[in-house]
Amino acid sequence: MATVRGNHGARTVASTFVGYFILIFFALVFIYPFVIQLSASFKTEPNAALNPLNPVPDPFVTDAYHKVFLSTDMPLWLGNSLVVTVAITLGRVLLDSMAGYALARLRFRGRKALFSAVIAILAVPGVVLFIPKFLVLKQFGMYDTYTALILPIIADAGGVFIMKQFFESIPRSVEEAARIDGAGTWRTFWSVVLPMGRPALITLTIISFQSSWNELPHSLVAVQSPDLYTLPRGLAVLVSGSLGSGNQYPLKLGAAVLATIPVAIIFVVFQRYFVRGANEGADK
Amino acid sequence: MRLSAKARENIAGWLFVAPVIVILGLFMLLPILMAMWVSLTDWNGQGSPFKAGVPFVGVDNYAKLFTDEGLTRQDFMTSVRNNIYYVGIVVPVQTVLALGLALVVNARMLKGKGFFRAAFFFPSVTSSVAISVVFLFIFASSGAVNNLLAFFGIQGPQWFADARGLLHLALGGLGLVDVDNPPAWLLDGGPFGLSWWDWLAGPSVAMSTIMLLVIWTTSGTFMLMFLAALQDIPVTLEEASMLDGAGRWKRLRYVTLPMLKPTLFLVLTMGIISTWQVFDQVYVMSQGAPGKTTLTPAYLSYTQAFDNFEYGTGTAISFVLFAIIVLFTIVQRWLLRERNA
Repeated sequence: MATVRGNHGARTVASTFVGYFILIFFALVFIYPFVIQLSASFKTEPNAALNPLNPVPDPFVTDAYHKVFLSTDMPLWLGNSLVVTVAITLGRVLLDSMAGYALARLRFRGRKALFSAVIAILAVPGVVLFIPKFLVLKQFGMYDTYTALILPIIADAGGVFIMKQFFESIPRSVEEAARIDGAGTWRTFWSVVLPMGRPALITLTIISFQSSWNELPHSLVAVQSPDLYTLPRGLAVLVSGSLGSGNQYPLKLGAAVLATIPVAIIFVVFQRYFVRGANEGADK
Repeated sequence: MRLSAKARENIAGWLFVAPVIVILGLFMLLPILMAMWVSLTDWNGQGSPFKAGVPFVGVDNYAKLFTDEGLTRQDFMTSVRNNIYYVGIVVPVQTVLALGLALVVNARMLKGKGFFRAAFFFPSVTSSVAISVVFLFIFASSGAVNNLLAFFGIQGPQWFADARGLLHLALGGLGLVDVDNPPAWLLDGGPFGLSWWDWLAGPSVAMSTIMLLVIWTTSGTFMLMFLAALQDIPVTLEEASMLDGAGRWKRLRYVTLPMLKPTLFLVLTMGIISTWQVFDQVYVMSQGAPGKTTLTPAYLSYTQAFDNFEYGTGTAISFVLFAIIVLFTIVQRWLLRERNA
């Protein structure tokens, strides 16, 4: 009996060890590239090329960031990205929750067909829309404007779906009480239902912010003037064509760090909402 | 006149959904219809594609992709070949990696779950453009990866300049064929204007860096989905199987995996749909080079339209891509139905 238990104990220790080994190995694989990115952005160019693996910049210089802000259009890209992202996020949160609420709660003719249409639109792969979106923007005379960057993606089927699922999960009784008190549909929605929807609204805010902050292809088909470049577009222009030739890496990586920081902060603060967002996406 | 409560709810409902309908209608549905028309024309981007005088060419643009001999078909088929290898490798690897990580993170005796979950998931939320820049640096010829390989005495390749196919390299390495002088029967014939030798190239060394990047960024999201499914498995079920004396592997094979089947199918479908659309990484890292081995249909459709002003072939490619994705989705749905029945 004793030997059996001893064996068992040894096996548990061994598998715990193997488990941690796997976890730590992969944590390094997933995180170390960011460490390399951050440290290289504080290195001198020769040092970054010579010691790409070393996490400690020696000497530590901030030249790359000076250059990013002074000799590229980074301030413009940051500003554009901020305007576009905030507008899209606010729009999506409002419009998607209105539509989600109507589809979940209001009885109107055509509701079922509309919901099926939303599901169908969810299934349309984004890349198929590159050229079509460009065509429509040209036709409407919107091409190469801020409107083109914002309006076409200010509502999305995925967000409508998430909000509908959420509103279906909250009890009807509260709304009904408000209705009996004489509140109209809009009042009920705005001051009773939306405040209860906080968790879903935060999730939607975060995934909208993240996806529009990172968005590249829509910018490619919506605008062409450098004045309207968002950060991913500017960054892509900054690096494209270089094909791994070792020049200016601290500068490019510094610009990439700036593109990563806002989402990284939100990720750290609101991690559980990100997790929820990933799993809501799975329910589609 | 007072409206009945029912009529008022009807109106309110439509008002609430109106903005979303207008946006999705104008920028999703209408564009698709317009693009269907453009794919049947030879429009060059000048003026409106609906004016008289835009040459209507019927299915010529589609014929150029499949039947007409020429550069367009060769590029398109090359891009399809590249993407087939890309899907065939990325989807299984990221699924297995995601499942494996989820099983380890979920293991009861390990601590620090929250940290590891966050570490694995973080790459998925960051900008694909920014990550591509990082990978360009890491895989540069004297970059981090080659430094690491040199530590083990291996000389790394010039990742982004290397157009050699991995399958060619493997066949050559096994001594089955002479890569510099492939057998004539492989070079002579082959479907859709590409020789069998070309079809059998495998992904190029350059493409494999993009595959590694995508596996690295998306595994975390799928891991979360597996984790959520694992947490839904009743503990009693696992305990019962433990009491029955099932070992760890048996438990995984006969208890855990069957419970994960719906998630597994979902992860595979989502993986296939997104891998057929690879674009951002190609745009930033390689623009189809070297030797067109990182060209994908999504990227080709973009360059046909916006660099070569051949909007007709560009949209035709995107509809073929649409059809490929729909086909995979239908096959998956059908398989799932069989299993649920």
